[in-house]
Amino acid sequence: MLNSKSIFIKESTLTSADGDQRQFIRTALGGYYKNRDIYQARYRNWELARDAASLAKWSAVNNLAEVLEKFVAKFESNGGKVHWARDAAEARKIILDLVAKANATAVIKSKCMTTEEIHLNDALEKAGFGVVESDLGEFIQQLRGEAPYHFVFPCMHLKREAISELFTKHLGTAPTDSPEELTMIARKHLRKLYITADVGITGANFLVADTGQISITENEGNARLTAAMPRVHIALSGIEKVINTIDDLTVLLPMLATAGAGQPMTCYNTLYAGPKKPGELDGPEEFHLVLLDNARTQILADPEQRDSLHCIRCGACLNVCPIFKNIGGHAYGTTYQGPIGSVITPHLRGLKDWNHLSGASSLCGACTDACPVRIDLHHHLLQNRRNAVKVVPNLFDRVFHGTFNFVIQRPALFSLGGKVFRKTFGLLKHLPLPYLGTWLKSRDLPAIPPKSFREAWKDSKNV
Amino acid sequence: MSEARKEIMGRIREALKTPSPKPHLKGESSKVAGKAWLPEVGDTDAETMALLSDNLAKLKASFHPVENLDQAIALVKDLAQKKNWKNIAYHKNELVTPVALAIAGNAWAVDEAFSKDKLEAADVGLTSCVSIVAQFGAILVSSETSGGRGLSILPPVHVVIAKADQVVPDLAACFAQINVQFGGKMPSMLSFITGPSRTGDIERILVLGAHGPKELYLILVR
Amino acid sequence: MRVSLFIPCFIDQLTPQVGLATAKVLKKLGQEVEFNSSQTCCGQPSYNSGQWEIAKEGAIRSLEVFKDAEVVVGPSGSCVAMMKKFYPELLHGTKYEAEAKRLSQRTFEFSDFIVSQLKITDVGATLHKKVTYHDGCHALRELRLKEEPRKLLRAVKGLELIETEEAESCCGFGGLFAVKFPMISTAMVEVKAGALARTGADYIVSSDPSCLLQIGGWLSREGKVIRPLHIAELLAMGIDHA
Repeated sequence: MLNSKSIFIKESTLTSADGDQRQFIRTALGGYYKNRDIYQARYRNWELARDAASLAKWSAVNNLAEVLEKFVAKFESNGGKVHWARDAAEARKIILDLVAKANATAVIKSKCMTTEEIHLNDALEKAGFGVVESDLGEFIQQLRGEAPYHFVFPCMHLKREAISELFTKHLGTAPTDSPEELTMIARKHLRKLYITADVGITGANFLVADTGQISITENEGNARLTAAMPRVHIALSGIEKVINTIDDLTVLLPMLATAGAGQPMTCYNTLYAGPKKPGELDGPEEFHLVLLDNARTQILADPEQRDSLHCIRCGACLNVCPIFKNIGGHAYGTTYQGPIGSVITPHLRGLKDWNHLSGASSLCGACTDACPVRIDLHHHLLQNRRNAVKVVPNLFDRVFHGTFNFVIQRPALFSLGGKVFRKTFGLLKHLPLPYLGTWLKSRDLPAIPPKSFREAWKDSKNV
Repeated sequence: MSEARKEIMGRIREALKTPSPKPHLKGESSKVAGKAWLPEVGDTDAETMALLSDNLAKLKASFHPVENLDQAIALVKDLAQKKNWKNIAYHKNELVTPVALAIAGNAWAVDEAFSKDKLEAADVGLTSCVSIVAQFGAILVSSETSGGRGLSILPPVHVVIAKADQVVPDLAACFAQINVQFGGKMPSMLSFITGPSRTGDIERILVLGAHGPKELYLILVR
Repeated sequence: MRVSLFIPCFIDQLTPQVGLATAKVLKKLGQEVEFNSSQTCCGQPSYNSGQWEIAKEGAIRSLEVFKDAEVVVGPSGSCVAMMKKFYPELLHGTKYEAEAKRLSQRTFEFSDFIVSQLKITDVGATLHKKVTYHDGCHALRELRLKEEPRKLLRAVKGLELIETEEAESCCGFGGLFAVKFPMISTAMVEVKAGALARTGADYIVSSDPSCLLQIGGWLSREGKVIRPLHIAELLAMGIDHA
């Protein structure tokens, strides 16, 4: 049976060889870079704004018990109901029970990666509840029966022709090559569903402790509709999404938009405090929030990588990552792709099976520079590699580095080894040697010099 | 207290027994006031208005500063005729009602006969707002004072009527005002609307009107 | 100053001319240049592979090699970052921590040393060529060197520097990453070197010889005419031409 690493190697080998698709992804991200630069430049000081955002999350995460208690008390005093889930299975059960209790015939969902993390749609469908994704990208991915490609831009890998074919097949609409017409097809199709759905499921971007609100960021308005029309609103959120005060949003909302999507603010940033209140016209009768641990407390217990809980899921690290851009989102095989996914997936799903993602990085650090909340992403990849050595013994690596170290501890041996390598390179290059043979498959080495630096230096001293 | 809650809180407390250092910051101050680093807002009212106008234009929202309510009424009448708005849903409010009533026959108040289906059929949602943030061109609406949750999102066109003194320079001032105005009793929904609904999900190409309004008008009465 | 050269292992064996050029430029700038031939490798391959216990031995060895050096200068942003930034972290909490910090403070990347320590930007070189620059990731993001090499290049008479949008993109080398995930590494260098080749420059210049190994290796295989050139080599060449 293939394990997660061999699937990754297989998938990433295929996708990194697809020049057209890689160019398509680079082109798609071109507009993002341009707009991000424009809107970042409007900040009086982007670096200090990153400091502020980082501190806001740091102080909440490092006082998580108190901040969470405060939030929950406030949320419930607003009329909402909080449910706690230790893991994915418990979260699924809570949500299924709530949906069943609502006698729901139709469920509408807005984009929420945490529901992807717990595989909620599968569970709802198996239990006989029809569920429809309302975010355009997620709607397309649901029709394709495929996981999101990028946790902010779910279908960025698809060309318009593919989407048109998909709509023709599933919705019976006429083919079109206009993104606008395709968007309107989805708009028209989903509109009635907001009205008829009994339950709306959303995520949450921030849980605001001092006011007991949850904050949802989106562009399309589908989350607004999902939380406005159905009788019951269920939100699912990781426990790490909590922040101290509503004032923290002053920095977090704009930075999420600018870092993640190259926008000044996303189109809708909405704060929900409880269900419909007396005197209000519409809104759900019930408002439930499921707070999920699912190994987040394990990350919390690692002070070295605790800051990965600062993540606001903006996707900036994916957008700048040369690995992501060349292998694409599906090769990862994870809910969270890109650098942040490579950092946290070993915590969420086990270091033994997921440490290869931390290895699959040149450690260039573009992610760390792009992160609006200053997560030390690429150094965490290094730490995962170190941790993996302890839990997954790799005999080849151990022997290779042990031998390498034996040689570099002895300058004469190092010098001799280098000489032998250079003198026999003409022969070695034809042998299927590990590492050297792999290098030479796609790249040359420079002309091998007759003398090493140390030899040339010694000669120059003797002249 | 549920078992799960107890267990999760226990795990959190256990995990936090080992402190983690403060993040590496670029700035020297440990107490960083983030609002000071956000985009400039200008010092004078005129600069604030110019910024608002510029932001709304970039967001592809229509901005109409008018001198008085009569001009607002005339503008909406004109728009209704040109755009063939037949079914305008509005909520009762000192600014909104006179405008709605002026378009006789075509407007109905959600406060009087609310129904989801009726709202779904509306051409336009006409609302007031809580405030307007010049820094980003964001319009803040609430479920309590802007006609509920659906009126500002379900109809394909959203027209907002506000007074010029509802414009606040930046997001920080806006949150400060929210805290004062609503205090401990937040409306069930507060929403910042920053331009008409949009998506870039297909090839990262911008399309307006994904699920929410395709058109957004802000009529600002001096 | 008495400059102790830090010549990374692969420069020693594969591109010794980079080391010689480094010495030449530093001597031209009036520095006393020495080379301690007991040095080998900084241990970064093991460090990046997660073999930190093994890497520590390499680090401790380097502390010994350079303990008497006044300043240590290396023509590789990546290897210098290992000594300057990662040794103190790797040896944190050990008896070597203080010595690691002392070495860190005295160690400089080649262009950084000339610009920020010697306060020189014009080394007196002339070269009538077009070049484009590749920022090595370690130099750029660990050592925060962006302007230093460019200041040196701009001061070379006759030299035209063509900047590209891909200047800061990773070349895909990443040490053993290049051979552990060769397909990703090759896709990355294709994007990077392809963009640099399209500038029509004569040389791709960098302060990171490991990146140049990757970029040059791909260019050579693809039969492109643009050549990789270390900044020390370029300056040495320019000094000869002046």
